[in-house]
Amino acid sequence: MRKEVILAGFGGQGVMSIGKNLAEAGVEEGLEVSWVPSYGPEMRGGTANCTVILTDERIGAPLVDHPTEIVVMNRPSLAKFEPVLRPGGTAFVNSSMIPERVGRTDVRAVYVPCDEIAEKLGSPKVGNMVMLGAYVAATQVLKVETIEAMIHAMFTGRKADLVPMNLAAFHQGIACVTF
Amino acid sequence: MTVIYQKTKGLQDTPLHYCPGCGHGIVHKLIGEVLEELGLLDTTVGICPVGCAVFAGSYFSCDCIEAAHGRAPAVATGVKRTHPDQCVFTYQGDGDLASIGTAEIVHAAMRGEKITTIFINNAIYGMTGGQMAPTTLVGQRATTAPLGRDPAQAGWPIRMAEMLSTLEGLVYAERVCVVDIPRLNKAKKAIKRAFELQMAGKGFTFVEVLSPCPTNWGMEPLEANQWLMEHMAAYYPLGVVKDTGGVTG
Amino acid sequence: MQKREIWKGSEAIAEAAIRAGCRCFFGYPITPQNEIPEYMSRMLPQAGGVFVQAESELAAINMVYGAAASGVRAMTSSSSPGISLKQEGISYLVGAQLPAVIVNVMRGGPGLGSIQPSQGDYYQATRGGGNGDYRTVTLAPATLQEAVDLMQDAFDIADTYRNPVMVLADGLIGQMMEPIVWQDRPGRSLPPKTWAAEGRRGRTHNNFVTSLYIGAEECEEHNLELNRKYAAMEANECRWEELMTEDAQLILVAFGTPARVAETAMRNLRQEGWNVGLLRPITLWPFPTARIRELAGKSHVKAFLDVEMNLGQMLDDVNLAVNGQRPVHFYGRCGGAVPHVSEVEQAAQKVLEEVQ
Repeated sequence: MRKEVILAGFGGQGVMSIGKNLAEAGVEEGLEVSWVPSYGPEMRGGTANCTVILTDERIGAPLVDHPTEIVVMNRPSLAKFEPVLRPGGTAFVNSSMIPERVGRTDVRAVYVPCDEIAEKLGSPKVGNMVMLGAYVAATQVLKVETIEAMIHAMFTGRKADLVPMNLAAFHQGIACVTF
Repeated sequence: MTVIYQKTKGLQDTPLHYCPGCGHGIVHKLIGEVLEELGLLDTTVGICPVGCAVFAGSYFSCDCIEAAHGRAPAVATGVKRTHPDQCVFTYQGDGDLASIGTAEIVHAAMRGEKITTIFINNAIYGMTGGQMAPTTLVGQRATTAPLGRDPAQAGWPIRMAEMLSTLEGLVYAERVCVVDIPRLNKAKKAIKRAFELQMAGKGFTFVEVLSPCPTNWGMEPLEANQWLMEHMAAYYPLGVVKDTGGVTG
Repeated sequence: MQKREIWKGSEAIAEAAIRAGCRCFFGYPITPQNEIPEYMSRMLPQAGGVFVQAESELAAINMVYGAAASGVRAMTSSSSPGISLKQEGISYLVGAQLPAVIVNVMRGGPGLGSIQPSQGDYYQATRGGGNGDYRTVTLAPATLQEAVDLMQDAFDIADTYRNPVMVLADGLIGQMMEPIVWQDRPGRSLPPKTWAAEGRRGRTHNNFVTSLYIGAEECEEHNLELNRKYAAMEANECRWEELMTEDAQLILVAFGTPARVAETAMRNLRQEGWNVGLLRPITLWPFPTARIRELAGKSHVKAFLDVEMNLGQMLDDVNLAVNGQRPVHFYGRCGGAVPHVSEVEQAAQKVLEEVQ
């Protein structure tokens, strides 16, 4: 098993953060993981991305030419990463921000209205958790319970009341995936 | 028999290499005496410069570290921050402190490092053979200013004590000289106060010593002392520049 | 099983230093390693240590010099342009025989260059970037686990020889996250620092730390003494990793991030039936010259391919080691670009087809 994911979006959409969530959950489940952020001038334009690898073997190269999945939260990210997605791979598309459909026919597309769901839940900030749910459901590389436990651990003390909102966002993301 | 004078324990027995009439040896002695009188010889680290005083570590009777040119205040910071109980001083000339090491001295003073800097200002580069220093007076000849320092080309001499005194971290700055006994005693008092304020944890302390360099000035020692009082002291006023240290001990 | 924790590279390096007994850090901000001083400013005071943000890299390395001269485990970190400024201090540390650790999270150069990962400072690190004849043990981690292990070893190596040690990472190692296990490294038995200038405290003699040896004969003798230490470092500290070299026709040679890229390329090529191996120097100085020379003499080895994030600097050392016994090829990206697996595969395949 080897998942090579590129997650991309505007700063503030939480792509770096759910990338870290994937890596942390991977460690929790005993996988080899790596998380590499884009940093530097490319971030100035407002678009950030990170590369996450989840595997049961030695990782080797932490950057990938052709990811097995792309998670794109905005239009420039789809335009940039759709062409490099590996044939047979999956594109997770935030359909709230991206009106286009994935043009390629050799890949699978999962459309997730992250921002609409987040707004209905009452917090625009949890759009990334919706996407995380969709990723976990569609790829099945990580257990739902691992992420749930992580959400509980992420928000403690005064932030504990954020747990239900994030759990709800995560589960609505799972529900977006049809098999 | 009564001993009425003996060499300070603050200096080793190594013969000094300084030229006749040079001020370095006198200032070394004053520092040694002050450290001895304050009982600091066992708990002092001296930071030596590059320049004529490059061998100072072989003269002071305390632990010493030889720094790169101009970096003594940074080296002193490394020692003092990790050994706050020790007395730490830098001994620097005008090329070291007022030219290549300006960033280090300004920022050590800015941070209020609890160290003492003894600054020997002789208005010339001694070790390298009489080149122009940042403190060389207007019109004063140097091997790199053969017609005398020209402000249009080389700017004006820098008054370090005044400049550093603008910084909050500096609690004490005095300019002294060592051309006669009363002034030498005054210089010793200043050095003592600087060390006392350091050990009281008050902040950065600075003593600028106007010091003769007969060799590179091309003068007899007495003539050099006279020239120092007439010309240097006129541009670099003697006395306390700043003292916010309050009472110690 | 020991607990695996996920860490960011720069922070892991800083934490490893604290765990190794580093009690003071002096530095100046520069991308891509700012998380090191930031972490140190937060955590060192809690560990009873000292953090100072210096006015410049020059001041920072001289603060390290002062702390090291007074007997304290000290370090600084920077990235390429800042490391250039520190060269004066590194030369003085060697000359005055002081232990210290310098971390270089390399970025593209020359000059201001880029802030992306690079290995353009290989020459500077392994040849002695400052004045004088000198060497510094140079450790090049390829994973975060190795980075934290080497950080801890670095202080011991520095203390063993009273010589600065450089940890040469690249921007990717500094910025990435990976799981690590905090292992207790076997500490070395180290000589007491009787030479330290920390105040006499009752000692009858003065300690004077200096790199000045004014007489030519005296200075030569000093250099010869240092040279005996370099010989000991060469004899005792050389490290490298080998993967699948036992039957390799082509041996890839790479360090740091490119070694990871080369490893993946090697595994892909193996799956296609090519006998490819990898030799990864962990110490860039001392360089595993003897081992590479030995491999070059083996009949199954037909060629070497050196992969770097520069225009071919370690290549010189590989060539010196191979000494003409086998062809040595090069593939590199520079200025902040990281070689792609596919590029290394193509370069390797080309060589393999030539030697068939």
